Amino acid sequence: MAQASMSVSPSSGAPDLRGSVGRRRSEAVIRGIFFIAASVSIVISAAIILSLIFEAATFLRLIDLDQLREIGWFPRRGLFDIGTVLMGSLIVTVIAMVIATPVGLGSAIYLSEYATPRTRRIIKPILEILAGIPSIVLGYFALTVINPRIVTQIFSGADHFNLMAAGLAVGVLIIPLIASVSEDAMRAVPRSLREASYGLGARRITTSVRVVFPAAISGIVAALILGISRAIGETMVVAIAAGGTGGSLFTLDPLGPGQTVTAAMASLATGSDQVRGASAAFPSLFFLGLLLFVITLGLNLVGDVFVRRTRQRY
Amino acid sequence: MMTTATPPSPAAETSPKRHMDIRIETRSRTGDEPATRPAPVIQMEDVSCWYGDFRAIRDISLDIRTNAITALIGPSGCGKSTLLRAINRMNDLVPGARLTGKVLYHGEDLYGPRVDAVEVRRRIGMVFQKPNPFPKSIYDNVAFGPRVNGVRGDMDELVESSLRRAALWDEVKDKLKQSGMALSGGQQQRLCIARAIAVEPDVILMDEPCSALDPRATLQIEELMIELKENYTIIIVTHNMQQAARASEETVFLTMGEERAGFMVEKGPTSEIFTNPKNQLTEDYVSGRFG
Amino acid sequence: MTSSAVAAQVRRASLQRTGVDVRSAVFQGLLALCLLFSLTVLVVLLVDVLLRGLPVFAARGADFLTSEVVSQPDRAGVVQGIQGSVLVVLIVAVTAIPIGLMTAIYLEEYAPDNRLTRFISVNIRNLAGVPSIVYGLLGLALFVGTFRGLGIGTGGNGRIVLAGGLTMATLVLPIMIITASEALRAVPNAIREAGYGVGASKWQVTRKLVLPSAVPGILTGVVLSLSRALGETAPLILAGAVLGSYSSGDKDFVEQLFGAYTALPMVIFGWTKESAPEFRELAAAGIIVLLAVTLLANAVAVYFRNRFERSW
Repeated sequence: MAQASMSVSPSSGAPDLRGSVGRRRSEAVIRGIFFIAASVSIVISAAIILSLIFEAATFLRLIDLDQLREIGWFPRRGLFDIGTVLMGSLIVTVIAMVIATPVGLGSAIYLSEYATPRTRRIIKPILEILAGIPSIVLGYFALTVINPRIVTQIFSGADHFNLMAAGLAVGVLIIPLIASVSEDAMRAVPRSLREASYGLGARRITTSVRVVFPAAISGIVAALILGISRAIGETMVVAIAAGGTGGSLFTLDPLGPGQTVTAAMASLATGSDQVRGASAAFPSLFFLGLLLFVITLGLNLVGDVFVRRTRQRY
Repeated sequence: MMTTATPPSPAAETSPKRHMDIRIETRSRTGDEPATRPAPVIQMEDVSCWYGDFRAIRDISLDIRTNAITALIGPSGCGKSTLLRAINRMNDLVPGARLTGKVLYHGEDLYGPRVDAVEVRRRIGMVFQKPNPFPKSIYDNVAFGPRVNGVRGDMDELVESSLRRAALWDEVKDKLKQSGMALSGGQQQRLCIARAIAVEPDVILMDEPCSALDPRATLQIEELMIELKENYTIIIVTHNMQQAARASEETVFLTMGEERAGFMVEKGPTSEIFTNPKNQLTEDYVSGRFG
Repeated sequence: MTSSAVAAQVRRASLQRTGVDVRSAVFQGLLALCLLFSLTVLVVLLVDVLLRGLPVFAARGADFLTSEVVSQPDRAGVVQGIQGSVLVVLIVAVTAIPIGLMTAIYLEEYAPDNRLTRFISVNIRNLAGVPSIVYGLLGLALFVGTFRGLGIGTGGNGRIVLAGGLTMATLVLPIMIITASEALRAVPNAIREAGYGVGASKWQVTRKLVLPSAVPGILTGVVLSLSRALGETAPLILAGAVLGSYSSGDKDFVEQLFGAYTALPMVIFGWTKESAPEFRELAAAGIIVLLAVTLLANAVAVYFRNRFERSW
């Protein structure tokens, strides 16, 4: 039994199972460090919410609530019409979704239902590259190409800066997001459902539109909601292409300049006369920020519910 | 024969001739001479395991014989794997899992307040259902355990002797730097056994170790188990009743009740469980009437 | 003709699709057009930027990269923008990357499945959806505010590159956490179990088995995070980056570190706001620099991910 001493624990007396004290201690320290790292994200959220609420409250204290319903958004003149900037955001978002919904969903159906693995490998990076382009570049694109080459060609009355060009560029920006979230949802549809459809003699178009699309509808809705949220929050494209520097009258005209929530914030922050002190213009920045935060958070939470619903079903 | 030109080493002494002795000895010993039997390595007292509100096994009490192979059999979902994983506290890793009752190892409560689960797993090794070598070289697979346990000394020798005992040395001695994942399924599983042996446990748990292997590789693993029980206590979960009959001395039959909690029906020498079970449920199962 | 031959002919006729299925063809064509749309936008965008921006490099060469952001278009360059962006990316790399990775490790490997853990993960998902300009407000209130309180910056205004970098780090943190978590989750559990089975501790399993297997995915997250930090503009507008021309003069490195700063996308933004056409060309030249770096980074990320997908 030359081997025995190597492999068998001492058979007399109870074995010591306490393990190394040093190891247990260092494990606890490491775990503690990781936990502290994880709590940083909570601190950040709390800091965001607190600073937004605190400064927004300051703003509301400085103004008459009547100032929130005026003829337009001109913060330096004390006109803080929320409707103007919300309508601007709405117009840009609607235009963006009109472009991004069909293109994003069409791309997703193609990638999920038609593309072979090989074509997918080639096509997918195109959307990924598009997703990786900084928004300031798309703002520039809206200014130099989308507006002069497309918008003003189609609509002769279009202004040099307008919400339409900004909306189209935002649409391009959110195509990759909509395509990738809805593609994930479609690919999550079980193969057996497709096979059942093909087994009944259905064509690919019928299977895609009548079987896969309805089965993935939760994820597709989520993709659209997340797209809307992203479009509302986009700043640089609108700040560059929509005009409305300094302020804007209430407008429903997508071909004229306008102010969105985000562009109003950017313009408040970049104005040469960054008004401080007693003026309500500076804290209005945080009021808009809070508005934006609440809207996008609400949309994201709803979107999350839809995403989870797809995951649960299959 | 296995060894053709291996250099002499302490581990090599166990080769061919020893194997024969062990096997002959095994066969003759099955079932009798209980008086000389050493104290059980593992004793379970009223063990129940829970995953959240679901009770996976209930009130199991049993002793595991030292230096023998004990087979856990029963229909799928009866909690065999849960029972096995309770022995080296692997269930601790499942969120929401807990255990009531006692699991004693050489008389020491494995779930006692001062017991470190990491230490438990070093002494009670495990081989899994699907061969799961690390994405590392064959050498590093075997050396991983000793290294993380702070073993100093001749690592080359430890790797060699572990691979020899797992009957894998001759097949891999020229490619120790190659990835363990490049081996065949049977070789991977023997690598996993070598990896378990390298940290010098005295109990090895095997969770359906052959279910992913072909019949030839399965027989190789069974032969290996019979060799290993000379130095180790082996507990194996198996779906394959021929395997339990071929390789084990003791068999534990579990099944599950109405509320799906697994319980122990019967335990005894393998030959008795298969030829002359005391319980009707056991007889129905081993004769293939259900499960 | 026998009856069986007739049956065979009928069967053959039904199996051979008669004529072109117009609806299917149109549908597939439309889908392909959707993808073509993105491709077209990408190509037109790149060509437009190159046509406008390359002449600047042709005329001035590296001078554009080494000149300051001055108000005369023929002499203006991006040097402070590059310096600022490099610093911002560095600050993100030493803060958000390690904290993000540690958070991911905590959530995937250590955290118990309880309410606090679920709250942390939901919170991170929500942070990822917060518009970037809102992070700018945080940077303004928290970081610029703190540095102003400490009297740091030009005239003690708190507008220093560290404020911008930390603001960007808070923005990038959720992206890093989410991508690193996905990479860790993709490591098969069998590897962890095998490690625990030979008596490895949690940290040993994590460091020696899980992390090495997750490296490609984690690197993807790092590259995506840093390229985002490079390309984002909106938070810097609020976190005190200079918009428009300014001179660093002959200030030394330390003075610049605690003085006015800007970043490459901010310089580009400033030029797009100018009406003279020369500034459009400068903006395009700046975009070429920005895109060269971000597209390269994204290509690296795609490469990592493809390798990553194949390995399991």
